Amino acid sequence: MDEIKELKTKEMAINMGPQHPSTHGVLRLRLEVSGETVVKCTPYVGYLHRGTEKLAEGMTYLQSIPLMDRLDYISSMTNDVGYCIAVERLFDIALPLRARYIRTMVSEMSRIASHLLWLATHALDIGAMTVFLYAFRERERILELFEMLCGARLTVTYPRIGGVRNDVSQEFIDTLYQFTEDFPDKIKEYETLINVNRIWLKRTVGVGIISAEEAVNYGLTGAALRGSGVDYDVRKHFPYDAYDLVRFEVPIGKNGDVYDRYLCRMEELRQSNAIVRQCIEALPTGPIMTTDSPKYTLPPKDKVLNNMESLIHHFTLITKGPMTAPHGEVYVATEVPKGELGFYIISDGTGKPYRMRIRSPSFIHVSALPRLCEGGFIADVVANIGSIDVVLGECDR
Amino acid sequence: MEPSKIADTLNSEFQGEVIAVKEFRGQTGVTLKKDKILQIARCLHDTPEFMFDYLRDLCGVDYKKIKTPRFEVVYNLYSMTHRHTIRLNVQVPDKEPIQSVVSVWKTADWHERECFDMYGIVFEGHPDLRRILMPEDWDGHPLRKDYPTAGPEDGEWGGFKEVLRKSEDFKKFGWYNKK
Repeated sequence: MDEIKELKTKEMAINMGPQHPSTHGVLRLRLEVSGETVVKCTPYVGYLHRGTEKLAEGMTYLQSIPLMDRLDYISSMTNDVGYCIAVERLFDIALPLRARYIRTMVSEMSRIASHLLWLATHALDIGAMTVFLYAFRERERILELFEMLCGARLTVTYPRIGGVRNDVSQEFIDTLYQFTEDFPDKIKEYETLINVNRIWLKRTVGVGIISAEEAVNYGLTGAALRGSGVDYDVRKHFPYDAYDLVRFEVPIGKNGDVYDRYLCRMEELRQSNAIVRQCIEALPTGPIMTTDSPKYTLPPKDKVLNNMESLIHHFTLITKGPMTAPHGEVYVATEVPKGELGFYIISDGTGKPYRMRIRSPSFIHVSALPRLCEGGFIADVVANIGSIDVVLGECDR
Repeated sequence: MEPSKIADTLNSEFQGEVIAVKEFRGQTGVTLKKDKILQIARCLHDTPEFMFDYLRDLCGVDYKKIKTPRFEVVYNLYSMTHRHTIRLNVQVPDKEPIQSVVSVWKTADWHERECFDMYGIVFEGHPDLRRILMPEDWDGHPLRKDYPTAGPEDGEWGGFKEVLRKSEDFKKFGWYNKK
């Protein structure tokens, strides 16, 4: 017995990732462990760095929209909307009401799709396989709706500066309405599987606790922040599109642990569903693209195909950008499923942005990961990564 | 508090630090000298009237050939309690360091590392200033305006030959030659 007491334990460094099923992409964590306890956690990012900010400096404002799809590739719609809103603020473009409602609607659809993927993978990491299959069943319906809307399922490139690309069809509206009818029951189905599941509670309650002040100090946003009890939602604090015209509530957690962040996102699914429903009911008729600022927005497609001047205008606007642009800089943030996505654009009066900075929520969330993981068990690292909901494409840009 | 009022208060509290106040599309930016940025940050964070508890974004900008102090470090701040915003544009000349604000906002940690990685701006007092998005052995700082985007300007890009040579070296490695 004395011999065992004399044996020394040594801290060990292990690598988690870059190819690990629960790191949601190419995230590498260097964990220093003492037995099962994580003593130090160092994230390494950058494996998916594509230089989006540098690329955008060499492109016109309209050409950059497809780049934004590839940031957070599982909810590309919200990224595009966020980018377009930032550019619209820079150029001072006001949107027609129908376009605002359509954008809000598709953003919330995208939020549902992203949260479903988060729920599926988060539950799978912790060991609940069935939730994965259930969640993907509904996510598929959203993706099919996106396909019906614009032909693409993931990288949609649907919003345009000053509006959206094409109008929604009646068939799309009907199918979406049917989805919003069915979806609340499906959320209940997920919750019966895990909400009071004893294993789920043991793995999530009291794990990765972060206090409200600390969460703000670390710059957490989205459900990761609201799980700690901070009422901050960009949709409420800085309303854009039609968010000031629809009613919704922002769910707030209490304890700031993995379980509260889970509850917040589940409630957000319900709220998003309600917003989609309200958008369908209130969808006004009218144009989907503004005609007030022809210097910056694309002409309607039928004019491009039939009118010489419109064709030239369309061509120069895409290849060279607007001839003149205001000098100035704006920081505009939108609420994407992960948190606050900010665009800081500096315009020097040419057709291309002088500098475009992307403030991605995942980048900040990964930087807070050591704070959440240190002191916990190795198994909790997986739960923590799931609960802050990171996408490495957005983190590395 | 109105953003312009915040700028006025900064101007009176830190004499000679504020260079200009810009307003565009309802957003206010205060251009500052870099020397007292840590004090200013601490003042904005701690003073009850300001309470800028949330650093929304920190990034660098390269103004080569446009402005004389070459770089700018931009801080976008927000107060959760008072719901007001301000932007600080801090001018940093080339090859000069700036104080780190990690002790005030922990978010700044990775933002400053990225800024160092992309622009080569050194943050004094940062706990762990390493490259973050680019590989550790990378040369140059990609977001600088003079960074060659299509390979080096003189001659062709050596990288491809380097890759070929390396692959030849790997072929000589044990596991290919075993029979």
